[in-house]
Amino acid sequence: MKHVYGWLLLTPAAILLIAFTHYPAAATLFDSFFSTGTVVRPSRFVGLANYAALLDDPIFWQVLRNNLAFALGTIPTSIALALLMAIWVNDKLPARALVRMSYFTPTILPMVAVANLWLFFYTPQIGLLDKVGAMFGAPSHNWLGDPHTVMSCLAVMTVWKEAGFFMIFYLAALQSLPPEIEEAAKIEGASRWYFFRRVTFPLLMPTTLFVLVNATINSFKLVDHLFILTKGGPDNASSLLLYYIYQVAFSFFDTAYASTLTVVLLALLAGLAIVQFQQIEKRVHYR
Amino acid sequence: MRSIFAIVTAALIGLAQAAWADTEVTFYYPIAVGGPLTKVIDGYAADFEKSNPGVKVKPIYAGNYDDARIKALAALKAGQPAQISVLFSIDIYELLEQDVIMAWDDVATSADDKAWIKSFYPALMLNGTYKNKVYGIPFQRSTIVMYWNKDAFKEAGLDPNKPPANWDEMTRMAGKLVKKDASGNVQRWGVEVPSTGYAYWMFQAFARQNGQDLMNRDGNQTNYANPDVIAALQYWRDLGAKYKVMPEGTVEWGTLRQAFTEGKTAIMWHTTGNLTAVRDQAKFPFGVAMLPAAKQRGSPTGGGNFYLFKKTTPEERKAALAFVKFMTAPERAADWSMATGYVATSPAAYDTPKLKDYAAGFPPALVARDQFQYATPELSTFQTGRVRKLLDDAIQASLTGQKQPADALKAAQAEADKLLKPYR
Repeated sequence: MKHVYGWLLLTPAAILLIAFTHYPAAATLFDSFFSTGTVVRPSRFVGLANYAALLDDPIFWQVLRNNLAFALGTIPTSIALALLMAIWVNDKLPARALVRMSYFTPTILPMVAVANLWLFFYTPQIGLLDKVGAMFGAPSHNWLGDPHTVMSCLAVMTVWKEAGFFMIFYLAALQSLPPEIEEAAKIEGASRWYFFRRVTFPLLMPTTLFVLVNATINSFKLVDHLFILTKGGPDNASSLLLYYIYQVAFSFFDTAYASTLTVVLLALLAGLAIVQFQQIEKRVHYR
Repeated sequence: MRSIFAIVTAALIGLAQAAWADTEVTFYYPIAVGGPLTKVIDGYAADFEKSNPGVKVKPIYAGNYDDARIKALAALKAGQPAQISVLFSIDIYELLEQDVIMAWDDVATSADDKAWIKSFYPALMLNGTYKNKVYGIPFQRSTIVMYWNKDAFKEAGLDPNKPPANWDEMTRMAGKLVKKDASGNVQRWGVEVPSTGYAYWMFQAFARQNGQDLMNRDGNQTNYANPDVIAALQYWRDLGAKYKVMPEGTVEWGTLRQAFTEGKTAIMWHTTGNLTAVRDQAKFPFGVAMLPAAKQRGSPTGGGNFYLFKKTTPEERKAALAFVKFMTAPERAADWSMATGYVATSPAAYDTPKLKDYAAGFPPALVARDQFQYATPELSTFQTGRVRKLLDDAIQASLTGQKQPADALKAAQAEADKLLKPYR
């Protein structure tokens, strides 16, 4: 009887998980072994042909490189910035609530709205960036139209958007640290930097792990801005893996290849998560 | 908006239940330009129902062109009835391959119907015709035109009423129109052509002007590596790289209109769909002209067509035909053109008194129509998404200096050949 009760409690969550997470994942894997079917040409089993095509697809390799560059460009910076901001607004400073709120504001804006804002920051000549630059005599630059700068532009915008969100977690963690430790450190004569390096930062490790996992997932998950800002261009210079999957699925209607790409993305994310948990768990002190 | 829509839908369903033996026509339509156009469409549907008792029309707004295509196809797959839809004119091959549409000729069989199919501008029928059968009836259609800033022309010592008529003139005039500040930074560009959103579409204009179309009529062959096509891309690149009259790199589709209305470029190429917005925002006198010529003038058409779905009963087809005829009648085409900035689809529409009056007060409204004689269908083939992206990438790689136009286009042609081989 107890068993039945337990299973009944589990059922709603289980149904949702199976219907919207596990079944689609399994179906995606299954579809990746078939060709894309149309009414004229029905789908058929092709084995690993889709994966072979993927290895030969230069755009796939380019978006993968782009995605890694995007992750490296956004994750460390946004985490460092989040930590810095959290420590800053954790102190007693005037108008603390206002400062906290202003750091958090970018987070509550939808990504599409943010992208529309930044589109006008980056627009040559009439954009904010060029207007400020012009005051100092800098020449106008085609920020999003230049393959060498477009990725950095997207990274800066993402850091701006994300750092405030991660700050909240650090802020909560900082406030849960017992004040006695700091008092003890002061009595022992530890410098602020020494205290941060040897006490605060290690104690924040669980938060850092959480933030790191989230930031990594986000760097693969966030593509809304591409629809507004660059559509992956110029010449795929700013395209990301998930955006490419969207293009393949809904612009090319190649569902089989889109499934194949999705499987790769899933495997990549699962792999990253495992590495993160294993490596960092060793250095995390849970209390 | 959505709640109004829900009320309208609920009202329509209620009406449908009240009457008996009604034929229902459901159609999905996209909106790609600004303004409260869902209301306009709902109004047309209501007008049609008044004059056609026994037929209920259910318009469903479905977002942009991509959304509309995805939604309509998903609804068909799920077995929900949709008899017709307004979808992207270049979706035709995709819809044919999915085997969901049928030719209008098979339904429009009376002499009157046949005359109706012939009543549109021939240029607008090209994207909707496959193997001599008409699958797409033009509804919301556009072309590319050239907007120019008359004040800038005056300032540069040019005749403000004489836009460039060919590439040489455009290069020369644009050179004079570039304005720099004391330290040599550009304040105003001579000409800008967008290259982010619809690079292939803009490029079709260059290629056509240089005497070439980019694909064949069967949709299974592209013409990317033709020497004249390569020369066309070289010219586009040279505007930035050699003549320095256009910014280097790609030019954003979405912000170009602002750049023009704020005087940051003296000339822009853009869709006619922007006409009303430019008219509202520009604080200077501006002109609208046909695109300049190289060997000839040229611009692709764009926009959405009415498609008829296969999974329909004979009564539904009859009702759908009546409705589409109603929607494309001269009166309504004129009205729709004034409300949106799209071109009216038939010569008869331009003969209606209201569109005549409108054009008399605002002559730029006629430029797109006059350009039809030089028009080419929008790039559309089997595997159209991939084939189009190959060209987009080649254009952007050239404009940003990553590749030479000849190399980029030859590579794109080789890839396109691989994709299209099964369809030949």
